[in-house]
Amino acid sequence: MTHEDTRSAVMSVLTTIAPEIEPDDIADDALLRDQVDLDSMDWLNFLRGIHKRLHVDIPEADYASLRTLADVVGYVEKSASTPD
Amino acid sequence: MIEFKMPALGADMDEGTLDEWLVKPGDKVTRGQIVAVVETTKAAVEIECWQEGTVSELIVPVGETVQVGTVLATLAASGEPAEEQPRRRSRPARPAKKPASAPSGPRATRTPPAVPQHRRWVSPAARRLAQSLGVNVDTISGTGPQGSVIISDVEQAADSKTTLTKPRTKPAASDRAAQMRKSIAAAMGRSKREIPHYYLVDEIILDAALSWLIARNAQRSIDERVLPAALLLKAVGVAAQRFGEFNGFWRDDGFQPASGVHVGVGISLRGGGLVAPAIHDVPEKKLGELMDDLSDLVARARSFSLRSSEMSDPTITVTNLGDQGVEAVFGIIYPPQVALVGFGRPTQQVRAIDGGIRIVSAVQATLAADHRASDGHRGALFLSAINELLQEPDLLEK
Repeated sequence: MTHEDTRSAVMSVLTTIAPEIEPDDIADDALLRDQVDLDSMDWLNFLRGIHKRLHVDIPEADYASLRTLADVVGYVEKSASTPD
Repeated sequence: MIEFKMPALGADMDEGTLDEWLVKPGDKVTRGQIVAVVETTKAAVEIECWQEGTVSELIVPVGETVQVGTVLATLAASGEPAEEQPRRRSRPARPAKKPASAPSGPRATRTPPAVPQHRRWVSPAARRLAQSLGVNVDTISGTGPQGSVIISDVEQAADSKTTLTKPRTKPAASDRAAQMRKSIAAAMGRSKREIPHYYLVDEIILDAALSWLIARNAQRSIDERVLPAALLLKAVGVAAQRFGEFNGFWRDDGFQPASGVHVGVGISLRGGGLVAPAIHDVPEKKLGELMDDLSDLVARARSFSLRSSEMSDPTITVTNLGDQGVEAVFGIIYPPQVALVGFGRPTQQVRAIDGGIRIVSAVQATLAADHRASDGHRGALFLSAINELLQEPDLLEK
């Protein structure tokens, strides 16, 4: 899976949670919280969607490190490359 | 003969448009079965039938707007001979218009159910799409089951129209938003006029609850993790069971306690507005089950699909502004309920505890209650009970 594939998969999960966003308007390095209205339930569903689609289960302890889209994509790529 | 009526769908909804029948004359209906879909300003509501029997006649046709209490269909109770022939089509959808002695068909009960030809079966999703695309569903031929119109039919019809596709979705959404605004205005206006609210606030220290949840969730996969919101919901449910005067309805100048605790959950909708559908029997549910129900309910509320019992059954409401909100919320009671519990955003606070100074996570819990049904002293005890339950979170797992 290329970086672009991962990014677009993450983005497609995000757009199912927040259908009102325009994918082109989301900046990779800006805080997600400032760009998308996500409450704790949305956030959980976002990570559940990633788990389902990309098979990466992000533990709660790591939530704090995921602040931007780039963080999430990077986390998924790192987890996918290290066998557990 | 059983009259199946349009159920009440909450204080802010007194009518709905029949979107779809999911049963036809001759069908057996079991308790709790979803028999129709009714479009309201807040959701496409799946109407459940709480009686058992065989459908005799569908009285209200698809597309008709009806008031709460209107007879939608008649059912023959088991043992009673069913009428299979739909008598007249296009009968005005008025309650109490039915002739007192409906001739009941003495014929055999086993003939294949007659499907009235005039009825258009249109799935709710297809109907919504058609509305937003400006396509007239009556002109579309359906390819779904029994010739029903499904999403792909609408898309095809829209494509062949080649005009207007995307820009039209906006007016439909803002139209719904405007309608919903009106419904909310009516219900909240009535609440503030009629209900003498009193308000209490108490700070709840969440350290025990949050560290318990973190440890609990760390051992579980993402699908089994529980949010603090579910724990708060459970605490309110259990406390409401003990303090019955906050769980029920003010009707006919008196308080009617409810037998079960069905907690309405305030859910804000993307694009504005909110709904507060119920999670049933909260005190009896395990925490994991409650979390599943909560995520399912939020997802369905946000996609505008709820069930009639969820709209009509809340006995008390919880509004949780969550981690992005403000510190405290003083709610408006949703009539005919008599109480609303609010939670603000958990924050870090410096507090004097046991003679020492500590930094704690705390949340402001508020109670808006109906002074006709309860007094501040009991309200304070109710909030304290919620607080105490949250200090022993493992008791809420059950």
